[in-house]
Amino acid sequence: MSTKVVMEALSPTMEEGRLVEWKKNEGDAVAVGDVLAEVETDKAVMELVARAAGTMLKHFVAAGATVPVSEPVALIGEPGESVEIAAAAGNGAKPAPAAKAEPKPAAKPVPPSDAEATQPTADQTDRPTSMPPAPPAALVATPARGPAVSAAAALGGTRVKASPLARKIAADRGLDLQGIAGSGPQGRIVQRDLAALQPAANAGTSRVPAFHPVADGEPFADVPLSQLRKTIAKRLAQSIGPVPTFYLTIEVDMERVAEARDALNALGEGKVSFNDIIIKAVGLALRQHPACNAWWQDDHIRYWNEVHVSMAVAIEEGLITPVIRHADQKSLRQISAESKDLAARARARRLAPDEYTGGTFSVSNLGMLDIEEFTAIINPPEAGIIAIGRLADRPVALDGQIVIRKRMRLTMSCDHRVIDGATGAQFLKTLKAILENPLALVW
Amino acid sequence: MPTMTYRDALNQALREEMSRDESVFLMGEEVGVYQGAYKVSRGLLEEFGAMRVVDTPITELGFAGVGVGAAMVGLRPVIEMMTFNFALLAIDQIVNSAAKMRYMSNGQVGVPLVVRGPGGAALQLAAQHSQAFESWYAHIPGLKVVMPATPADAKGLLKSAIRDDNPVIFIEGEMLYNLKGEVPDGEHIVPLGVADVKREGTDVTLVSHSKSVSVALKAAEQLAGEGISAEVVDLRTIRPLDTATVLASVARTHRCVVVEEGWSFAGIGAQVVDTIQREIFDELDAPVLRVTGADVPMPYNKHLEKLAKADPAKVIAAVKQVLYVD
Amino acid sequence: MAGTATTSGRKAADPATTEQYLHWLRQMMLIRRFEEKAGEAYSLGKIGGFCHLYIGQEAVAVGTLAALGPDDYITASYREHGQALVRGISARAVMAELFGKAAGCSGGRGGSMHLFDASLGFLGGHAIVGGHIPLTTGMAFAAKYRGTNQVAICYFGEAAVNNGAFHEALNMAALWKLPAIYICENNRYGMGTALERASAIYDISERACSYDMANEVVDGQDVLAVNAAMDRAVQRAREEKLPTLLEIRTYRFMGHSMSDPIHGHYRTKEEVEEQRKRDPIAVWSQKLLADGIVTEDAIKAMDQSVMEEVEDAYQFADEAPDPDPEALFSHVYAPEAE
Repeated sequence: MSTKVVMEALSPTMEEGRLVEWKKNEGDAVAVGDVLAEVETDKAVMELVARAAGTMLKHFVAAGATVPVSEPVALIGEPGESVEIAAAAGNGAKPAPAAKAEPKPAAKPVPPSDAEATQPTADQTDRPTSMPPAPPAALVATPARGPAVSAAAALGGTRVKASPLARKIAADRGLDLQGIAGSGPQGRIVQRDLAALQPAANAGTSRVPAFHPVADGEPFADVPLSQLRKTIAKRLAQSIGPVPTFYLTIEVDMERVAEARDALNALGEGKVSFNDIIIKAVGLALRQHPACNAWWQDDHIRYWNEVHVSMAVAIEEGLITPVIRHADQKSLRQISAESKDLAARARARRLAPDEYTGGTFSVSNLGMLDIEEFTAIINPPEAGIIAIGRLADRPVALDGQIVIRKRMRLTMSCDHRVIDGATGAQFLKTLKAILENPLALVW
Repeated sequence: MPTMTYRDALNQALREEMSRDESVFLMGEEVGVYQGAYKVSRGLLEEFGAMRVVDTPITELGFAGVGVGAAMVGLRPVIEMMTFNFALLAIDQIVNSAAKMRYMSNGQVGVPLVVRGPGGAALQLAAQHSQAFESWYAHIPGLKVVMPATPADAKGLLKSAIRDDNPVIFIEGEMLYNLKGEVPDGEHIVPLGVADVKREGTDVTLVSHSKSVSVALKAAEQLAGEGISAEVVDLRTIRPLDTATVLASVARTHRCVVVEEGWSFAGIGAQVVDTIQREIFDELDAPVLRVTGADVPMPYNKHLEKLAKADPAKVIAAVKQVLYVD
Repeated sequence: MAGTATTSGRKAADPATTEQYLHWLRQMMLIRRFEEKAGEAYSLGKIGGFCHLYIGQEAVAVGTLAALGPDDYITASYREHGQALVRGISARAVMAELFGKAAGCSGGRGGSMHLFDASLGFLGGHAIVGGHIPLTTGMAFAAKYRGTNQVAICYFGEAAVNNGAFHEALNMAALWKLPAIYICENNRYGMGTALERASAIYDISERACSYDMANEVVDGQDVLAVNAAMDRAVQRAREEKLPTLLEIRTYRFMGHSMSDPIHGHYRTKEEVEEQRKRDPIAVWSQKLLADGIVTEDAIKAMDQSVMEEVEDAYQFADEAPDPDPEALFSHVYAPEAE
């Protein structure tokens, strides 16, 4: 028996990979788990490992070739086994083509041919022959009457389970039940699920009500989109693009951060960067503002209970965003060490996929390049990113006097589908308060 | 307003109707000399004499038929079944004779008859004496089925039943005879076919009748302590069913639990549920649930018997289910 | 069977009696011709469901009902066309009921088995064997309750005496001394089961002994004997307020119902032919002829008149309209009292 080696999806978003280097040559013995080749994905250089033992019989592609995911790249089998026979027998697949100069588009699922579609299934053959096969679903659909579910829902494709009352309320208020997470059995949408979508009638004194969507002990909560939220998402996306972004800029007095940093570094146990401090402060501020610690998920918003801060790292080929997980809970010392390690490995393209995915919010810093302030592009599905400008001595009015202070401008890009202006502003206000009183970092 | 037992309220209704209308008489086993197996007819023999308070042999089929025949020629018999378990022997007369006569005769011959007695389970009377048969009678066009839950309703409904020109199956709660309540003096009439909201609420409607009303009220009281507001509808008359009151309540609360003593299959609750889903489907936020007796013959053992009966805990559990709590 | 009918005890020369005897003959002939026509209509599909003919038993209905007054109550089984006609429901109304027409005596909703005319005290054909016997006890109870002089009677076959309703009803009637007359038309077969195959004792009248009730065995093919026995029973009811069980021995010349052959597995052709020799109409005709009360020509003329009446009833029923669809839901319950 022989086993095909295929290009594996080595990152969550990988559609094809470039085979950088073969680590097992033809004729080499191969054990399960051996590294066969290095593959460059869209994010990093990864290892392709052996899933079967035997001998590397054949490389189908040469180093340097780009191969779509799931296409064969090599064959492992018994020594002396005919490649042709092995390939023919191996998993019943055709022998793979030789190395391709041009990458093929990612394979798409092929719809069944007409001939296949008309093959009777076991179920159908049980029917009396006089009974015609079921008509296409579209022909079954009866004309919609009243505010019923969408045709797709009625046909069972994405059937919405909702109580009759919930459907009636939705019809009365023009709500779309699609995408609403029901709290009843099997996700049934019931009256109370829609009550949550009503605008807060008595929001109290604060314009932005307290927001605690995630229950303790849960990593996150998926919250259905309110009609308002949907309208915001749709209208703003139409206005500005797929991610309707707006920007908030705040200037922070960094005198005390600078003092704190100097004091910490004076301990001689490693260097803490401003960036590390900002990451920690962002993590703490996000903890206080869960509304900004979220993912846009098209039909719902995922609010995270965990704070994972992505930090943009410039590398030779562009940009990658390793993640400081649980940034709100880690010490500056931990963050500092981790960020250095991640940045170094990012530049070497040696990050594992889970090290650069799963962030809940991003920080991008061009201050070291003397940028006063800038706007960063949101890293979807995250809903916000902070762009950090340079730390500058600026004249400011303080207690009626003009003084020179170390100042820094932070610009937050917000996905308006998730974060509204006031929500983002309050987050920035908290972040500023933390940075201007860095004892908050250790409180 | 005087307070009296359910038993005495029935006695008062009989006495008042027999005084009011000479065509009314009471017939059944032990209704006279013995004063009634459940003492509902206490004192009536002495007051009205043996022609109007008639002790019968133990022959339910026979004296039910006697009642039907007397009613066919214009008397207004009240036939007491010692319990409705025994009325099974008479069900041919009730179904084939009483219920059909008016229709078969094209309206020429009516049967103004009341067949009354206790139904449902009491305590440890075992399988043959612990049954709720209201759905059997309610199934039959031509019959009315009445089941009072309180002393006041017992009096008012029995007076209406006796005055009704149709055969009325009047099932009393065997466990309710000692229930005390205020009962209006004299001409207190509760019309047939009108349900009563025994407790108002907003979150869920408990539909019940007879003894189950007490169960529902107890459940509602406990639920109130948990912040759940339950409305208790007492059907009072099973047939004709006052669907308007039930529907109005459920349309307000959007959730419903039907409580009954009888078995689930083809029970009264099934009819109530049918009406609700057909008429106000869009008002429902949850499937209508039913709390019924267990689907077994009633066991004698008291622990098993308790398990077999609908009780407040089962009602509360059902309410929480339709409210999607717990 | 005890010989021929006799007119002894009656003044045959009495014009009123003569008229009554002729009337009985005509009533029996009417039943016979009516039932023959009903059988014909059934075979033409004009009549549906069950249809039980009374041919052979005519003397029972005629002899018994002649003894009643206008206020008395009558209930019968599902083989009650004869009693209905004799009690005075018109041939038109009975035939129209068999045809299911609105003009039928039960509005077309009862059919052959449920003929009613409350104005005549004819309170139904009832189709659960024995089920109506307690109703009669109840009607007799009502008569006693009100202190009237009414009598309640019912007709049932010999097969009904084995069920509980019969015992319960007769026991209470005797216990309470009610003016009821229970008329058992012993035609020897409960559907296809001979009396001897269903009952431990063969003399139905003996059943009355269990309740210390008056009883009598009567030749059901002799209308005069039937009438005489019924007279005694009615007198007992009205004057002594006591019930009676009459066992009237008769014979059904036709099958149990229209879907049953005249004879079959349960009785022989020879038996039926032997019984037909005592056709109650022939027996009574011969008697009246012998006594010079009637002539052959008069009988022929009577038969002609009866056939015309039946033909008229048939035409009437055939042409009468069906009930309105709205009638489906009427009379399930009493009209709401104002």
